[in-house]
Amino acid sequence: MTDPTPTASPPLLAVRGLSKAFLGVQALDGVDFTVRHGEIHALLGENGAGKSTLIKTLTGVYQRDAGTVTLEGRAIAPRGVEEAQRLHIGTVYQEVNLLPNLSVAENLFLGRQPMRFGLVDRGAMRRRARAVLIPYGLSLDVTAPLGRFSVATQQIVAIARAVDMSAKVLILDEPTASLDAQEVAVLFKVMRTLRSRGIGIVFVTHFLDQVYALCDRITVLRNGLLVGERRTAELPRLDLVAMMLGRELEAAAHRIAPPGNDGEEDARPPLVRFRGYGKARSVEPFDLDIRPGEVVGLAGLLGSGRTETARLVFGMDRADRGEAAVDGQAVRLRGPRDAIRLGFGFCPEDRKKEGIVGALSVRENIILALQARQGWLRPIPRRRQEEIADRFIRLLDIRTPHAEQPIQLLSGGNQQKALLARWLATEPRLLILDEPTRGIDVGAHAEIIRLIERLCADGMALLVVSSELEEIVAYSRRVVVLRDRRHVAELRGGEVAVDRIVAAIASEPVPVEPRP
Amino acid sequence: MTRPAPGPSRNLPQYGALAAVLLANWLLFPDFFSIRLQDGRLFGSLIDVLNRGAPVALLAIGMTMVIATRGVDLSVGAVMAISGAVAATLTQAGWGLAPVLAASLGAGLLCGLWNGLLVAVLRIQPIIATLILMVAGRGIAQLVTEGQIVTFTSPGLAFIGSGSFLTVPMPVVITAVLLGVTALLVRMTALGLMIEAVGVNQLSSAGAGVNTPVVLVAVYVWCGLCAAVAGLVVAADIRGADANNAGLWLELDAILAVVVGGTSLLGGRFGLLRSVVGALILQAMNTGILLSGFKPEFNLIVKAGVLMVVLLLQSPTLTLFLPRPASPRPIRPPAKPESPSPSAGA
Repeated sequence: MTDPTPTASPPLLAVRGLSKAFLGVQALDGVDFTVRHGEIHALLGENGAGKSTLIKTLTGVYQRDAGTVTLEGRAIAPRGVEEAQRLHIGTVYQEVNLLPNLSVAENLFLGRQPMRFGLVDRGAMRRRARAVLIPYGLSLDVTAPLGRFSVATQQIVAIARAVDMSAKVLILDEPTASLDAQEVAVLFKVMRTLRSRGIGIVFVTHFLDQVYALCDRITVLRNGLLVGERRTAELPRLDLVAMMLGRELEAAAHRIAPPGNDGEEDARPPLVRFRGYGKARSVEPFDLDIRPGEVVGLAGLLGSGRTETARLVFGMDRADRGEAAVDGQAVRLRGPRDAIRLGFGFCPEDRKKEGIVGALSVRENIILALQARQGWLRPIPRRRQEEIADRFIRLLDIRTPHAEQPIQLLSGGNQQKALLARWLATEPRLLILDEPTRGIDVGAHAEIIRLIERLCADGMALLVVSSELEEIVAYSRRVVVLRDRRHVAELRGGEVAVDRIVAAIASEPVPVEPRP
Repeated sequence: MTRPAPGPSRNLPQYGALAAVLLANWLLFPDFFSIRLQDGRLFGSLIDVLNRGAPVALLAIGMTMVIATRGVDLSVGAVMAISGAVAATLTQAGWGLAPVLAASLGAGLLCGLWNGLLVAVLRIQPIIATLILMVAGRGIAQLVTEGQIVTFTSPGLAFIGSGSFLTVPMPVVITAVLLGVTALLVRMTALGLMIEAVGVNQLSSAGAGVNTPVVLVAVYVWCGLCAAVAGLVVAADIRGADANNAGLWLELDAILAVVVGGTSLLGGRFGLLRSVVGALILQAMNTGILLSGFKPEFNLIVKAGVLMVVLLLQSPTLTLFLPRPASPRPIRPPAKPESPSPSAGA
């Protein structure tokens, strides 16, 4: 969609036909992107959409393969972040890229300090720093180290630096990801002020509510392709979610489905029960029950709090509020070791970083959790280790020449199966799977889903996070839907359907009553 | 051993290098391998290599496990000075042998505990965490000796350095015993697996339930103990403690021995025996150059050259050209028909 009212003056930033490939993978394919003067423009997309590639191409971190970028009609091709800054494109990342041990003033003027007689004029620097920060409503000690202030303040300082360096386009990459509601409000005020000064702001976020609260236009990318650009006011939430997830919605999505008919299941006592469980800046307090033999799906967009919920349940992250109980007994989950003792298992999303122990053998990876639970003084005899490994290699059809193969040499799907084997060997009561089929070929994908179904038939409870909605619907008895770090809906029985999940993700936020 | 015997090519560079160095020594001195018995103790150049190599070999035993967790312990030389100073000072003050040994080894354990807590609990990078004790340790040793070189005459303590057991010099016996005890401790329990798992991927290991802080503290404590034993051997040998020079720079030799032994600084798989062999390679070179009458200055250059060769032999690029070990056992077919459920009967 092009600008409906073409004018003589060119747009602030115009990207046309931008392409970028990495080792044959097309990260961006002929993408158009337009930012106008004085607008806040949301750049949205799920994993692998190409958002960060687009930003990094704009800021000169990557060099484009094809396409043009013009700023106020002038073609630009920055070859680095500094050059992009000189060309009036400023960027602020979620992890503020300033120096926490230097003072606020030094951070603001780093590399361009006011000089006097060949030396840094500290007095002038402090005065100018205070002046620069006034429009942002920040009055703070500019000589204090930046690291002493909150992330929100640091971000505003980073924005102030970029704007003071004459940025006309300001790219904010997930600036609100680690802010609380009050800090978000302050940041939004700053963004609105900058918009009124004619600056074009590119806003990358996973929070749909923030998009609708703030943005004028939305551009959606998916798999490196442009899905479309829309005015926020003209794009219903449901259509936006459909654009991001890439599915045509039937009319059924808008229909209200009859309530579920699974009252009898609720009568069974839950295996685990969480009440008001949550962690500040990670996921809002939630209630969650999981019964034996039940598969509970966690659905939502990227960054909605799915993974955070799974990590809290396993104790990988420590909750700072709420209660947890297993078999009706209150428990504390201070770490994975507590969770494992209670019979939990967890296959993380980032298999390579948090799952496999790469250089060790398939056998050692499979017996690791069992051995860790038994303690180092009770080693599993080598013979028994081999039996366990061989059994799971056959059972899960793990393709490896032998059990002594380093696990890092296996394909992603086989690594995932070996991780499943690691937990199955401990005979868990609750298995948590975060994106169990991510990056796995089609064949292994189907096998893992069959396996999930078989496991819950055996009475194991499963909590599964997946961005594949069809997959979640296929095996889940209940689906918890998350949006903006909050559990917003729970679908049961007959309600579990892709369109219902999408509708829940897209639903308008209702004013939340304050929690006791 | 609770793991498959490593393929022949895995230990080949170390044993090959040791053999080559010994062979070179033999070519320079036909007498190199001659061993004679005198006063109930073995003498000869080969025995000398084992005896002189003992302190670094002792350090290398502890260092191997620290390095396997992707750490390093720079303080072992200073810990040697502390344990030597404690032993010498207390002996001079009239303590008996048993309490002296206990105090000296206890000091090493404490040093290791300190390092371990810095690394595991405060999460300071190992190279920095152990640098603290490397610097402070010599100061502590000097405080213990009150700045003097403390000498003693106790035959009991001296026996550890210059005595012999069944004709074998005590330092060699002590090294062999510590090597055996350590190997039993890590390979007959699951500790070895956990050390390797933590070294390869600490996050994954913690997620699988491995108590990573305890594993880390344990390896630094053991490394401190090994350093204290090395310090005792050196102090007992010279019948005195020199806080300034005991164990000076030996931490670097110990790291070198471990690396020559084929344990990667990136953590993971480790071989205790291979590290001891690494220490012996270093000592055999030292002895060879001393015997040859070359200027000692050559020592460092020749050492560097030989190390280059050993490390090249271990480089992943070069090992591609070496014969691979035979493939381990294939996956066994099920003994009886398997139940379809993966969780049943585990």
